[in-house]
Amino acid sequence: MYKYDEYDHAMVAARVAEFSDQVKRRLAGEITEDQFKPLRLMNGLYLQLHAYMLRVAVPYGTLDSRQMRMLAHIARKYDRDYGHFTTRQNIQYNWIKLEDAPAILADLASVEMHAIQTSGNCIRNISSDQWAGAAADEITDPRPWAELLRQWSSFHPEFSYLPRKFKIAVIAADEDRAAMRLHDIGIQIVERDGVHGAAFYVGGGMGRTPMIAPLIKEFVPLEDMLSYAEACLRVYNRYGRRDNIYKARIKILIHELGADEYRRQVEEEFAHVKSLGIDPPKAEFDRIAKQFAPPALDASAPDAIDRSDPDFAVWVDQNVAAHKVAGHAIVNISLKPIGGIPGDASSAQIDLMADLAEQYSHDELRVTHAQNIVLPHVRKADLYAIWQALDAAGLATPNLDLISDIIACPGLDYCSLANARSIPVAQKIAARFSDLGRQKELGELKLKISGCINACGHHHAGHIGILGVDRKGTENYQLLLGGSGAEDVSLGTITGPGFDEDGIVDAIERVTDRYLAERAEGERFVDTFRRVGMAPFKEAIYG
Amino acid sequence: MVEHLHSDGEEPCVTLDAFLSQSNATAVRLEPDEDARALIPHLDRLALIEVAFPKFRDGRGYSSARILREAGYTGELRAQGDVLVDQIAYMKRCGFDTFAPEKPLNPADVEAALTRWPEHYQGAADGAVPIWKLRHG
Repeated sequence: MYKYDEYDHAMVAARVAEFSDQVKRRLAGEITEDQFKPLRLMNGLYLQLHAYMLRVAVPYGTLDSRQMRMLAHIARKYDRDYGHFTTRQNIQYNWIKLEDAPAILADLASVEMHAIQTSGNCIRNISSDQWAGAAADEITDPRPWAELLRQWSSFHPEFSYLPRKFKIAVIAADEDRAAMRLHDIGIQIVERDGVHGAAFYVGGGMGRTPMIAPLIKEFVPLEDMLSYAEACLRVYNRYGRRDNIYKARIKILIHELGADEYRRQVEEEFAHVKSLGIDPPKAEFDRIAKQFAPPALDASAPDAIDRSDPDFAVWVDQNVAAHKVAGHAIVNISLKPIGGIPGDASSAQIDLMADLAEQYSHDELRVTHAQNIVLPHVRKADLYAIWQALDAAGLATPNLDLISDIIACPGLDYCSLANARSIPVAQKIAARFSDLGRQKELGELKLKISGCINACGHHHAGHIGILGVDRKGTENYQLLLGGSGAEDVSLGTITGPGFDEDGIVDAIERVTDRYLAERAEGERFVDTFRRVGMAPFKEAIYG
Repeated sequence: MVEHLHSDGEEPCVTLDAFLSQSNATAVRLEPDEDARALIPHLDRLALIEVAFPKFRDGRGYSSARILREAGYTGELRAQGDVLVDQIAYMKRCGFDTFAPEKPLNPADVEAALTRWPEHYQGAADGAVPIWKLRHG
């Protein structure tokens, strides 16, 4: 894991001091809310329906146990004893007092954490593959690249008042676990002639105009990566639309220019930017990469798992993934208990996960964009002990990637932008499909719910997506089918007229019943949908 | 040294269009949607470029400033308009050396803002040595 040096510490400390000063001036009435808003947003502080919400950055989703315990401490001390893990691999707290924010940031800084650029029209927290460094299919650990980008983008003087927010994801495997092509810039580390470089996909995103990022550059060498990113951003900062907030993301610019013309402008800018000497030497990458060196894992650790406890065996089959080192495994902890709030964890649960990481996972945890937690480096021989501890804490729901492993935004229960509630819908769907045998029969089924058109719940990328809208003053839910945020990326299609809260649950059941009737051997829900198209599902839903 | 108010009695800035069509002006004002690169052939006769910030949220002027400095402009580069104390440190890094805010700034706040950051992660137009270079000498 990356450890701060004196420079990193000094930068975060300066930010805490700056924000403390800004809060002081706001509380004293020296600056208006309009002037304060972009400042608090760049420190992750939103004004929600009932209180301030603080979003804490978890760079590329990686944490150690000390940091995880601090997240629990903040939940206990400043919030209502829980936190909410987000689709950007961050955590947010929903009940924060403005006057506490500087103290929280100081607490975070003490464990090398911050809330820098977790909101605002700037470059946001860099996201990555939650299995980085552990997955059998990666060509390298993408996180050193992500850390290089984190430092470059932190307090970037030119790109802090962009037309709109800007999200970057970095992966290094063909299997895309980070929805890479639905980011403003998605980077895939690829290999050419034995050398690693960055494939740049630019202009993806969800929101009200979802788009899949086109490939802009196949191979950007490491020594050019920051210059190339700078060129991509400069073209956007200069020419991205500022007349309409809903057309201000880079995807709209690239859509209007065309990928070829955008690429031409970026290449021209890059030729200039490259001459400025803003790319660090390889020694800096090596310094960072050394800190992500793989943990010392014993490849001769026993491979066998004692499956005599049937409940444990069910969990192993669903929530444990292959590790690149024999005798080891990746544990996925579901934060989606039936009837729970997707992504929420109590401070006691956060502490417990920290303890397990310290004892069994080389002190590492990950947050996933699907709002779950990962213990990346676990001995297979320890799985049973881990499962018992998780089970006792309500954290052993064996539903990874099943229909009840739902991504949901906070919705109208918290969010001032929402048109409809997301959480109760997620709870009702999970309850309807609570029988595990039934869920397993349906297989991989990614269900994603957004409470408004801004798509924080990734509904466009759900095999089944739900979009809550306001229809003449009542909550109405549209149903989308066929989306994916993975390497088979696609955008869902709306089935037709929407439903009320109970109606949407019934409609999903009709859709899944039709899938079971239509599917061919080995097909996932989304495969069947792609083969047979919308018509049979429409017929099942609307008659 | 950074000045926060411009001096009286200077030549008024002309618009970019006017500047490009007359050969004797030495001060020009650049609006957010105007291309800073149009000035590059004329930098040696310019003493002042004023970059307009009609709204603080409109960040195009940051790129304009860097482009001008990267092209070798050494004259006065002024940020004018909705320029707030919380923006000026970034503006300075992008190459601005004077500020003409519509609403006067508290000098103590300006001083604090400009001295807050011990170092910088990335290279920009202010000549600061980025942290990666400090790390590797």
